[in-house]
Amino acid sequence: MASKVIHAYYNDDDVLMHAVKKVKDAKHHIEEVYCPFPVHGLDKALGLAPTRIAITSFIYGCIGLVISIVMMDYIMIQDWPMDIGGKPSFSYLENMPAFVPIMFELTVFFAAHLMVITFYLRSRLWPFKEAENPDVRTTDDHFVMELAIHDNEKELKNLLIDTGAVEINVSEK
Amino acid sequence: MYTFSNKLKMASFILMAVGLLGIGFGFMSAPSTVEEAKALVASHDEGHASEATHVVAEDHGEEAHAEGHDASHDEHLLHQLQNKPWAALYVAAFFFFMIALGVLAFYAIQRASQAGWAPILFRVMEGITSYLVPGGIIIFVILVLSVMHYNHLFVWMDADVVAHDKLLQAKAGFLNPTFFLVRAAIFLGGWILYREYSRKLSLKQDESDDNSNFKLNFRISAAFLVFYLISESMMSWDWIMSVDPHWFSTLFGWYVFSSMIVSGITVIAMVTVYLKSNDYLPEVNDSHIHDLAKFMFGFSIFWAYLWFSQFMLIWYSNIPEEVTYYVTRIEDYNLPFFGMVAMNFVLPILLLMNSDYKRINWFVIMAGIIILAGHYLDIFNMIMPSTVGDQWSIGIPEIGAILFFAGLFIFWVFRALTKAPLQPKRNPFIEESRHFHY
Repeated sequence: MASKVIHAYYNDDDVLMHAVKKVKDAKHHIEEVYCPFPVHGLDKALGLAPTRIAITSFIYGCIGLVISIVMMDYIMIQDWPMDIGGKPSFSYLENMPAFVPIMFELTVFFAAHLMVITFYLRSRLWPFKEAENPDVRTTDDHFVMELAIHDNEKELKNLLIDTGAVEINVSEK
Repeated sequence: MYTFSNKLKMASFILMAVGLLGIGFGFMSAPSTVEEAKALVASHDEGHASEATHVVAEDHGEEAHAEGHDASHDEHLLHQLQNKPWAALYVAAFFFFMIALGVLAFYAIQRASQAGWAPILFRVMEGITSYLVPGGIIIFVILVLSVMHYNHLFVWMDADVVAHDKLLQAKAGFLNPTFFLVRAAIFLGGWILYREYSRKLSLKQDESDDNSNFKLNFRISAAFLVFYLISESMMSWDWIMSVDPHWFSTLFGWYVFSSMIVSGITVIAMVTVYLKSNDYLPEVNDSHIHDLAKFMFGFSIFWAYLWFSQFMLIWYSNIPEEVTYYVTRIEDYNLPFFGMVAMNFVLPILLLMNSDYKRINWFVIMAGIIILAGHYLDIFNMIMPSTVGDQWSIGIPEIGAILFFAGLFIFWVFRALTKAPLQPKRNPFIEESRHFHY
């Protein structure tokens, strides 16, 4: 699909934040903003829906907890009963304190790793992927705001220059 | 400027009056002879307590299992019941003192780290730490009375016990009444000195035209934290761990500290929300409450981590003189011991996990009440098993002591809040704090 987009470059995150608010106030849709680092509050200014990654993290943590409980029961009680701390009770409940560190570690392990993997999948990132950012400078010291053009190139350009953009490019996408 | 509302003042006086009655009742109803003690226990629980007291008696390292078993038993029971009102008083006195001390540590950390979000709450923190003076004096008086043998909270103060106990003789160089009181005076003196000096500089900063007071406050806060970490740790050995002088735990200082700081932060959040609901502190926003609630959440987990670290190592190694500490607690204190884990860890982690809930003020208050009750139980579990054994209960003397110190705490803290404007005006970070936004 050949559509034209406009790229406005900024070199300061505060200027970018104000620009985003201004463009939003003028009722234009911002396609994307590319940043070299996370800008605090940008998601709210862009009107993005709140992230649901925290919920997935909680679910993954619960999965890790359950796996650790079942795993320790199989390893230490069922398959090869162990004498823990000179207390050969061979009962899961009575030996439970010894398993708590493992439960904790696996909860954190599952929550952290699966959350990162979810984040990558959700952001369509994988190894050797071609970079999507329009300009290498967005990995260094420039912020780029991308807007679609619907026969209003001139109007958009004037607005963006007003907001303090240091450079404006128009390109096919 | 804050004015102490008459309603709150009345409430604090009523709490103190009711509490005093409860404390008085506790002392009046304590038995003075062996016969009275036996009658009291028989009427309470049909005499099935004798087996359990045996365990406790051994923990004390007293010569309970020699000949004349029954007589020493009854004697022991009498001592436990006589200790009860004192222990109730001591637990509540320490709990409210600990809140002020926890806030002092938190305040010093905010100063030393030059945190940008916190200065808007400095007056609230300073108000709470003002309780260090009356609270510290009361603790000190209780300790002096213990040394003078008005009670038997600390068995190692009894020369007779030490004479028959090799371990206590070996510890006597450190654990003797004179040095004990000298240390207590140094700790209390250091904490109160820092509090008063830092408060003075904080007020002076508002009037001055440079930042010299602020910088000096930063430096003394950093130095104070060094003193605090050492003194707090030793205080926890002296005032709490030594009620059970045979037992020791190397992370006890941290454990008490975690209880202290989480209770302190909870009270900062509660006082802030209370003031806000009365139209004071207009510039404190939900993000400040959110930050305090995050600390409540985080330090609750920190507490659980230390509680479990202490428990698991002792449980795992299963060495008799160490594990007896947990045997008494699990056998005689099952409900408060595990109940406190639920209140201090499970409930806070579930209630405060959601980011949005940390911004709902009344929700933070409700979670805070659970946390405070849980940490009262924590102190209760530290002191009671070695002082009253299985004769514990949460009745009129215990609740009376809580009410009295709660009343005194409220009165003193809110009185201190009226003495200065609630928002510092010349703190260099006040702008950042006002616009703090998560």
